[in-house]
Amino acid sequence: MDRTKWFVLSVGLIIGAIAVALVKLGNPPNMGFCIACFERDIAGAIGLHRAGVVQYMRPEIIGMVLGALLASLFAGEFKSRGGSATLVRFILGVFMMIGALVFLGCPLRDVLRMAGGDYNAVVAFIGFVFGVGTGVFFLKRGFNLGRAEYSHSQAGGFVLPLIMAFFLFILLKATVFNPDAGGPLFFSAEGPGSMFAPLAFSLGAGLLVGILAQRVRLCLSGGIRDFMLIRDNTLLLGFIGIFVGALLLNIAFGFFKTGFAPQPVAHTMHLWNFLGLYLVGLTATLLGGCPLRQLILSGEGDTDAATVVVGMIVGAAICHNFMFASGAMKVADGVVASSGGPGIYGQIACIVGIVVVAAIGFAFQED
Amino acid sequence: MEKVDVRGLSCPMPVIKTKKLMDKGVRELLVVGTSSVSKENVSKLARTSGYQVTMKEDDKNEWEMELRK
Repeated sequence: MDRTKWFVLSVGLIIGAIAVALVKLGNPPNMGFCIACFERDIAGAIGLHRAGVVQYMRPEIIGMVLGALLASLFAGEFKSRGGSATLVRFILGVFMMIGALVFLGCPLRDVLRMAGGDYNAVVAFIGFVFGVGTGVFFLKRGFNLGRAEYSHSQAGGFVLPLIMAFFLFILLKATVFNPDAGGPLFFSAEGPGSMFAPLAFSLGAGLLVGILAQRVRLCLSGGIRDFMLIRDNTLLLGFIGIFVGALLLNIAFGFFKTGFAPQPVAHTMHLWNFLGLYLVGLTATLLGGCPLRQLILSGEGDTDAATVVVGMIVGAAICHNFMFASGAMKVADGVVASSGGPGIYGQIACIVGIVVVAAIGFAFQED
Repeated sequence: MEKVDVRGLSCPMPVIKTKKLMDKGVRELLVVGTSSVSKENVSKLARTSGYQVTMKEDDKNEWEMELRK
């Protein structure tokens, strides 16, 4: 195994371990990192949706964008670019979030959930692999969203990092505009949004992961895609590293519990776990990267990826406002009281998402 | 020599476009691209496919490489 592969594997191990450490420090169970869940919490924090249990300005997300910005500036890789079917990417971002919230997690959280012993995540993982496989089918047919242009000015690439820096500022400043209703930031009093590691740790973890993920081009859908397309396992090693790193620390901390239920912030509707991450895998492959990769690229000056991030945040608001997001299973006295899962609107949204994204896959065929 | 223009294309398009020509049996290719990620990926693909990689140009915003088998 060459040096690059060892580096990617090591970065994966570190990220997996950091994720579990964040749970130990206060993040929700099996949710040390979850790009989709945390972007959803940010959507709630800025009042885009009113689901009271999932509102927090997650410093991990801010840290990842700023970490990728720093790493790319130092490496001379920061370049403001964009203009490749930007609105279509926004729509794909919305649907990627719908898929993630039907499952209850992004591909990164899927790995972390598997490493916590959650069998539902294994079902979803199979869906994710099929989704990436469908994306690879479109890629082989000549799917292409078109070329991005490099801008004459670097300013555009700083927009999303600056928005993230502003979010950090208002989080630290803690000014309340309206003492009765709250805002500009809203915070959960209970539920996953109320569970978070101390700010310095979550921000530091985000920065470190942002820097590392930028350097090794970590991408969870990319790992499976590259293996399918060109039998290259480099990025897949990052995937395996995250799993092993998280698994070891989960066992050490006593977090590792196998089974379908009870599992934290999860549901047992197998079809929808499968289809939720199927939609994410397909969308991520057409977009050229999973939710984590989009976040990292947006720190490198890629405004198309930044548009996907904004699309995901808006998508999260849509999910909660229109009841697309799955409910988590409820456990009382160690017994599963309700198994959770998506309601009828979430199920329809997921199917519509698959149809629309597949239609985009056919429509953008180049040759 | 066949030319592949992958400028401005995001991952994994540069690799797919290069690989398509390789699969057709093209033994001499000139690949032009922009991002450093695509530079790494295309040269990795070329080496694993048995091509010799010669960087003709390696600027901050554009690169050009010759692949020969």
